[in-house]
Amino acid sequence: MKYVDEYRDGALARGVAERISAEVTLGRAYRFMEFCGGHTHAISRYGIEDLLPTSIRMIHGPGCPVCVLPMGRVDAAIALALRPDVTLATYGDVMRVPGSNGASLLSAKAGGADVRMVYSTLDALRIAEDEPDRQVVFLAIGFETTTPPTAAVLRRARERGCRNFSVFCNHVLTPPAMGAILADGSSGAAVALDGLVGPAHVSTVIGTAPYVTITERYGKPVVVAGFEPLDILQAVLMLVRQCNDGRHQVENQYTRVVTPQGNVKAQADMAEIFRLRDTFEWRGLGWLPESALAIADPYADFDAEKRFDISRVTTADNPACECGTILRGLKRPAECRLFGTACTPETPIGACMVSSEGACAAHWSYGRFRQRGTSPT
Amino acid sequence: MCLAVPARVTALLPDGMAKVSLDGVLKEVSLAFVDEVAVGDYVVIHVGYALAKVDAREAEETLSLLREAARA
Repeated sequence: MKYVDEYRDGALARGVAERISAEVTLGRAYRFMEFCGGHTHAISRYGIEDLLPTSIRMIHGPGCPVCVLPMGRVDAAIALALRPDVTLATYGDVMRVPGSNGASLLSAKAGGADVRMVYSTLDALRIAEDEPDRQVVFLAIGFETTTPPTAAVLRRARERGCRNFSVFCNHVLTPPAMGAILADGSSGAAVALDGLVGPAHVSTVIGTAPYVTITERYGKPVVVAGFEPLDILQAVLMLVRQCNDGRHQVENQYTRVVTPQGNVKAQADMAEIFRLRDTFEWRGLGWLPESALAIADPYADFDAEKRFDISRVTTADNPACECGTILRGLKRPAECRLFGTACTPETPIGACMVSSEGACAAHWSYGRFRQRGTSPT
Repeated sequence: MCLAVPARVTALLPDGMAKVSLDGVLKEVSLAFVDEVAVGDYVVIHVGYALAKVDAREAEETLSLLREAARA
């Protein structure tokens, strides 16, 4: 596939990895967090940690929207789906996320609830138009990448006056979560990082400019990178060079797709159709101020939180689950006593095991097969 | 979740839609968020929407930087 295969060349990857090994400063440790689940998955799948020198540790960040969706919101979505008048449409990734008592949208569907998997927000609107007697609720989750498609469908639903369609909005924002991780790193509540691999497709939407405040406030470099293995290796090399030079700048490795200003059209739609929530709960990270979006007043008629009585109960995670400490880089997946026993991808208990992009699921699928002693796990 | 794939535009359709080819698999996607797309361009697709155009020159530039790093 053009623009994919070229960036998966194994020989080139080994060459870049050798370059990284040649440039790391002897005796220095480099702790880099890849914020995105997409990067976490690629790092595990392509064995990138095995190519890197042992002085570089990759810490898997919270950038997996399925993983950080709190249980209370999952429970609310399940309650909506169980209403006899409601058809709940959502992306496939969301259907397996466990709420409390192990229930998920998939198990609700098995129990008779009308839950439908869609590829695109437009498919959800089509269901509403085809079935005017049903209340079709689109369960929207995701970072800035996934937000413009939700904005587009809200605009279209309003234009067409589609009264039986609404959106249960759970969109979250990347920069506040990055800031929270770095602030925790400064206070000791998270591992102190030397740099961040910044998001690939979130940055197509928001651009690279929003990370400038973060690099300035926390003095850590951010390198925006694509999701292919060579993209990630090049970003690591760029981070190593910044650390060695004592720089903390925003750099863009993914220039074939990401620009400094991002997608201005999408940003304008998001600004018009959504508003900032005062605070929002992140699974594993707790309540973060101004870290999520709600539907703005002109579109309130299409807000499922206004149309239906949605409970705002906060449900606590299993106390034995270490997702919170793993997302902060303080523990590794294998150090959780639920890992691989009670908690597996088939029966996930914690957020990080839910999606293939979660740190625990990536370690379960790939990382645990690595040879012991090659590099830190 | 934020995965997005590069696809080649094969036809422009009414209502701001386009037909794209993902290595031979054809899909209809929305061009609501990208400007001046022509047949033959590559766009990055996420959940049925094109989010950005792929800049062919930058793509080649990245590869030459990678080759340079691997050679040095």
